[in-house]
Amino acid sequence: MPEPAFATSGTAAGAFLHGTRVALTSVFAFVIVFTYIGYGALCHDYGFSVGWAMLSTVLQWAGPAQVILVTGLGPGALVLETAIAVSLSSVRLLPIVVALLPMVRRENSRPWQLVIPAHFMAVSVWVEAMRHAPTLPREHRIPFCNGVGLTLLTLGTVFTAVGYYMQAALPALFGAAAMFITPISFLVSTARNARILLEKAALALGLLLAPVLAYAGVGFDLLWTGVIGGTLAYLLHRWQRHRQRSAKSSGPESSSTMP
Amino acid sequence: MSFAMEPYLALLLIGFLPSEAWRWLGIVLGRGLDENSEIILWVRAVATALIAGVVARIVLIPPGALAGVPLSVRLVALGGGFLAFLFIRRSAFAGVLAGEALLIAGALAFGT
Repeated sequence: MPEPAFATSGTAAGAFLHGTRVALTSVFAFVIVFTYIGYGALCHDYGFSVGWAMLSTVLQWAGPAQVILVTGLGPGALVLETAIAVSLSSVRLLPIVVALLPMVRRENSRPWQLVIPAHFMAVSVWVEAMRHAPTLPREHRIPFCNGVGLTLLTLGTVFTAVGYYMQAALPALFGAAAMFITPISFLVSTARNARILLEKAALALGLLLAPVLAYAGVGFDLLWTGVIGGTLAYLLHRWQRHRQRSAKSSGPESSSTMP
Repeated sequence: MSFAMEPYLALLLIGFLPSEAWRWLGIVLGRGLDENSEIILWVRAVATALIAGVVARIVLIPPGALAGVPLSVRLVALGGGFLAFLFIRRSAFAGVLAGEALLIAGALAFGT
C-alpha cells in the first residue's frame, strides 16, 4: 500500500527526491539492475560498443525492444522488419502514457513539457507512478514521476556498462535468468496494482489471448491482445457496475414487485 | 558498411524512433482526457492486457538465451513466482525471487 509519507506539503524538488526514494526501494531497482546487466552482456556478445549499448538504454528505455534491435542488427539485417518488430514490441507504451497523463498533468502543462516525463515511462515507472501519484498533490506528480523515471533510467544505463564489462565473468545461465525477470516482474507488479475487476480481468485475458493469437499466426498479435483483452475487460467492468447499481436502486420492497 | 556511424544511425532510426513514437502519440491522445472518464478506464484495461500479453509472449516465445530453458521450466517458474507473490504478503519482490529461483533450479536440473 502507498504510505502517505509525503503528504500535502513540500516542494517540487521534495517530490522528485521522494520519487528517487520510491524507485530505489522498489522491486524494480533490482529488476532493472538485473535486466540491464543481461542486456549489456548481450550487446558485448553481438559486438556493439559500450557507448552504443548505454545510449540505446538512454534512448529506447524499453527492454524487449532493445533486445530485438541488438539481435536483429546482424549482417544482412532486414531493416524494415526489425523496425516493425521493435515498434510492435513497444505498443504498450502508448496506453501507459495515455492512462498516466490525465492523472499527473496540470491545467497549464504544454505538450513539449511532457516529452521528457513521457520518455521515462516504462512499465516499471508506470507501475510505481500509478501506485503513488494519486497520494500526492497534483503539482508534485510530474516531479515525482521524473524522480522515479530518472533514477531507474540511470540505474539501467550504469548497469548496461557493468554487464558489458562483466560479460565474460557471467555464468552461462545469467542471460536466460535476466530475460526472465521482465515477464515475472511485469506479472506480479501488475497483479499487485490490479485492485478492481477491470484490471484483474484485463490481466487474465491478456495472458490467455496472447498465446492464442501468437500461435494462430495472427499479425500484430500483441496489439490485438491489448485491444481485444482490454475491451472485454472493460465490458465486464461495465456489466458488474450495472449490476451493482441496479441491485442498489432496487431495494428489498421493489425487488418483491419484480416478476 | 561505414563502421563508425552505421550502428548509431540504426539505433536512432530503427531503435529509438519506432519505439518512442508510441510515447509521443500517447501525449497527443492523452491531452484532452479526463482522469475519471470512461475512456481512461478502457485505456487502463488495454494497457494491462498488453503488459500481460508481453508476459505470455516472452515466456512462450522467448528471445535468445531464455529459449534454451525448457518450456515446462519457464511455465512452472512463472506460475510458481505468481503463487509466491499471492501467498507471501502480495510482495512483488517475493514473486520475482521465487520465479527466478525456480527458473535457475529448473534449468540446472533439466538442462538448457
